[in-house]
Amino acid sequence: MSDIVLKTEDLTKHYGGVHALEGANFELRSGEHVAIMGDNGAGKSTFVRQITGVEQRTRGKVWLYGKEVDFAGPLDAREAGIETVFQTLALADHLDVPDNLFLGREKTKWDWLGPFRLLDYKAMRQDTLDALERTGVKIPNIRNTIERMSGGQRQCVAIARTASFHSKLTIMDEPTAALGVQETAQVENIIRTLKEANEPLILISHNMRQVFDLVDRIIVFRRGRICADLDIKSGDYTGEDVVSYITGAKTGEEYMETAT
Amino acid sequence: MADTSHGTGGLTFDKSKRTWPNEMNILLALIIIIVVFELIGQLAPYMRGQSFLFDTKDRFDSIFNEARLQIIILQVAVIGIIALGVTQVIITAGIDLSSGPLVAATAMIAMSFAQTELVNGNPNPKALFGPWAMDLPVFIPIVIGLAFGALIGAINGTFIAVLRIPPFIATLGMFLVCRGIALWWSGGNPVSFPTEQFAFIGSGMMPVVWFVLLAIIFHLIMRYTVYGKHTYAIGSNEEAARMSGINVKRHKVMVYMIASMLAAFAGIVLSAKASTAQAGMGEFYELFAIAMAVIGGISLQGGRGSIIGTVLGALVLGVIRSGFTYIKLDGSYQLMAMGSIIIAAVVLDQYRQRSRA
Repeated sequence: MSDIVLKTEDLTKHYGGVHALEGANFELRSGEHVAIMGDNGAGKSTFVRQITGVEQRTRGKVWLYGKEVDFAGPLDAREAGIETVFQTLALADHLDVPDNLFLGREKTKWDWLGPFRLLDYKAMRQDTLDALERTGVKIPNIRNTIERMSGGQRQCVAIARTASFHSKLTIMDEPTAALGVQETAQVENIIRTLKEANEPLILISHNMRQVFDLVDRIIVFRRGRICADLDIKSGDYTGEDVVSYITGAKTGEEYMETAT
Repeated sequence: MADTSHGTGGLTFDKSKRTWPNEMNILLALIIIIVVFELIGQLAPYMRGQSFLFDTKDRFDSIFNEARLQIIILQVAVIGIIALGVTQVIITAGIDLSSGPLVAATAMIAMSFAQTELVNGNPNPKALFGPWAMDLPVFIPIVIGLAFGALIGAINGTFIAVLRIPPFIATLGMFLVCRGIALWWSGGNPVSFPTEQFAFIGSGMMPVVWFVLLAIIFHLIMRYTVYGKHTYAIGSNEEAARMSGINVKRHKVMVYMIASMLAAFAGIVLSAKASTAQAGMGEFYELFAIAMAVIGGISLQGGRGSIIGTVLGALVLGVIRSGFTYIKLDGSYQLMAMGSIIIAAVVLDQYRQRSRA
């Protein structure tokens, strides 16, 4: 049990009559990188929203490191060690890179001043440079505000932010969907860095090449249900197989009964 | 790990690359306005070669017309103190309309605890309370006034942050409530004749001293403390601030409390300066305070602006008021011109932001 980072059992979410997610049983082992794939509306984002406490599940159980958890909101999940890069970036546009990296967990001096304690700008700048170097992110000037940056740079800041606070579990929801070739490569480099550091990751992506390059296992969602669990490191599966699972031409043996 | 062929040489923190600060534009505008008034004074036939800025009365001990400079700063000091708080509220993408009436209400309340028993040997003719409230130490009216401000700010903040009433509506309601309190407090009568200590708070250039001191303190707070950073973060992207673990509700309540305490302090200074408190005090102060912030480049969308900007905005407003009087512009024209300038400042600011994006 100890090497299982995240486990869900019968995780289900209904929006009124819409069964967005139905009976998802999922496991993530320590150091493992897993991709979640599936068509639009297959339940990928819904699944993530239940784990991260953004929404409250209809039924089912979630364990994090063997401990059953029930997050009231995204903050709870974050405090428990789940860092998420959402499709909509949670950055403050008028602030610069260190400000955003350390937002809500600033390094401070003179803590006896309470809310008026001083920001340790120097330490935060240095840590930012270190974090960016570690993750291979290139940003011309970290003192620039986010609003002056390209979409790719913003995404990199958002990801560097999650990657720089050694989290127990990182979740990325289509991190490269809006990025160009070079920017995508940067983000993928960060993901490789996480893998080297043995930090577990759940990656939602539509990019077949990227998924095969980066992750150990693919979970395919279809119409709200998990329909395949593919160990791609074994080399038994090709991109075409995965497409078949996504479109419904194939279904994993163990899911025959439930996924139709 | 890091790909050396791509290098990390682009990772820099370069001071020289820091962008042209917004405040420089306002400073530039301030200088241009002063030059324009100076030129009108020197060149317009009806002004007979007067100077706006310089001492022309053959007094060798000074270069500038110090009396005018003093008046300019003194005129904006009290409203400037309010503007320091309004600035913080606007940076969170809020607004505070209640500050003007709060000035009046606080002036009334604080003055009632600052009265002196004997005026020229006779009993104080405006005494509101009995002898127990006479000749109290000066800190008592100050503490009571600030506590009243904190209470009003806490109510504003609670309605806005917890009950999610739009700031415009919540503070508009408080605007009327405070004006009502000011009128009710002494049944419409002025409260006058404070102790010498209390009068000292507003005597001479003291309002300017308070304004400068508070401006420096809040400049440092907004720039170098967690409170300041979170205020900007909330105005910039409230959702992101919440996701980052900032207690947005508590922080907003704190911002409105600080803003109201600054307005309350402005009320204390104003009543001390006038040696009297009247229910009609502080009329339009909330609007002038907002105007100072807006001229100073504080964006009403939140997240953008600085205390330095507001101080410069206050000076611009002061110079314009004083300048219009100096070139003998009629009061009615002054209001029209000032209104136009405020609108022009916002139009320019928006245009500049759009061209940059």
